[in-house]
Amino acid sequence: MADPVLQISGLSKTFGALKATDNVSLDLRPGEIHALIGPNGAGKTTLIQQIMGLVKPDAGSIRFLGRDVLPLRMAARARLGLGRTFQISSVVPEFSALRNVMLAVQARQGSSFRFFAPVLADRSLTEPAMAELERVGLAVRATVPAAELSHGERRQLEIAIALALGAKAFLLDEPMAGMGPEGSKALTALLATLKAEAPILLVEHDMDAVFALADRISVLVYGRIIATGSVADIRNDPAVRTAYLGAHA
Amino acid sequence: MKRETVLSIAVLVALLALPFAGQALGHPFYVTLATRMAILALAAVGLNIALGLGGLVSFGHAAFFGIGGYAAGIVASHAMNAEPLFGLNLPASMPLAWIMAAVFAGLAALVTGAISLRTSGVYFIMITLAFAQMIYYFAISWPAYGGEDGLSIAMRNGFPGANTARPVDLFLISFGLLVAALLLFWRLRDSRFGAALQAARQNETRVAAIGIEPFPIRLAAFVISAMVAAIAGAMFAELNRFVSPSMLAWPMSGELIVLIILGGTGRLAGPVAGAMVFVMLEYWLGGLTERWQLFLGLILLGVVLFARGGLIGLIAGKVRHG
Repeated sequence: MADPVLQISGLSKTFGALKATDNVSLDLRPGEIHALIGPNGAGKTTLIQQIMGLVKPDAGSIRFLGRDVLPLRMAARARLGLGRTFQISSVVPEFSALRNVMLAVQARQGSSFRFFAPVLADRSLTEPAMAELERVGLAVRATVPAAELSHGERRQLEIAIALALGAKAFLLDEPMAGMGPEGSKALTALLATLKAEAPILLVEHDMDAVFALADRISVLVYGRIIATGSVADIRNDPAVRTAYLGAHA
Repeated sequence: MKRETVLSIAVLVALLALPFAGQALGHPFYVTLATRMAILALAAVGLNIALGLGGLVSFGHAAFFGIGGYAAGIVASHAMNAEPLFGLNLPASMPLAWIMAAVFAGLAALVTGAISLRTSGVYFIMITLAFAQMIYYFAISWPAYGGEDGLSIAMRNGFPGANTARPVDLFLISFGLLVAALLLFWRLRDSRFGAALQAARQNETRVAAIGIEPFPIRLAAFVISAMVAAIAGAMFAELNRFVSPSMLAWPMSGELIVLIILGGTGRLAGPVAGAMVFVMLEYWLGGLTERWQLFLGLILLGVVLFARGGLIGLIAGKVRHG
């Protein structure tokens, strides 16, 4: 088996008396979608925040592309290729969709200290940005300010941004949240093509999407991973059924 | 052409025409008034880089403005008394004073910014205020250049090809600097640097999540902003032929923020429109009543409540980023 892209071992984080992350080990292999599910308050977002560098773990290690990323700040991890979308859509509201993606292209080129040349005339920014918008199906809305995009369109925009970064792994935090059935379907299809680009760690509540997309599933309950396995394994795992799935299975 | 571009040009043409119209109508005092507008606008354009583009509400830009003022005063007084400065006999030259102003204010901004920019929101406002007040009290207690009494400029520094004792020449130099600063602001705003700076204002986490550190971007903006404000300070001292610690004090910082809010935060010509209205009110209302700032307060209240984009926003509409 190929080396995992992202490898988390023995990760722990305590907030006061609350063990938000309890000795979590998890890996993300090339070409897979690894879904992370669990009830509300299981610590999914805290885990993602530790991977991104927003929250510092108390113990454990996070290796990305074979490199220990714990000492790195969020921006440095992003430059290595950790692409992230947010649980609550997070884009630059006054910028158009195109300019949001252009900013990511600029970040990837590593050249924010250019003071004079206007960005809108810079085809090394506009062309790749437009290409990513086309891939996610948002090209027609390129000039609309991000604040005026619909919820689903903002999700698409976030994915275009992650693509423009040339991410080597995607951390998608509830991409389906707040999407209607039509939108979820379209996004599910998009994510299925996205995994050819880079593996995806998918935090998601929408079980239809998870079962349709995931190659492997890990179940997080009270900060601990109680099971990891294929879709079939998880569906049939008695501990998971009691703890979480219940009504769904 | 976009509406805002037309408006920006119209505002500048109005400012350029004001002193000449004033002279033609027999009010030579308008030249000084217009010079004051241009210089305050220049300082506010500087602040607008940090505040408007970067969202960095610096309540300490008076310090940089004042450092610029002292640079002009010190260059003038050393040249006057033929005393060497840094071991050199330097000429009474405006460009020299500008360079000194920009260098010293830039260094001060680098040091204070490196500390202040670790904070945000109200803490940032307070820490920039604290640094500026430290510099203010230093100026008061430093006897070499007049201390509390300030420093008079007996004869203005010179500018090649101009007679700086003539009000019109002084206006044209100030106006030229203002246009240069506006060009700088415009290019910065639309550049990669400007994109990162404005994005960090709107969504810091997003900017970090795509791999751009907001801190060095903001620090660079803060330093550039301080340098422009300092050059304005140098011209302010030349205009008044006097520099005093009050140029460094917090009411001056507040005044610069008021100019920007009045004209339109982050807008190209916002500071120019703001400065023109401010100086006009100061002159007209100030002639009617000593309490003219009461009316300024009411106008500011109106702008904040009903016209968040300031005067420019009122006429040209909301900002659209291509």
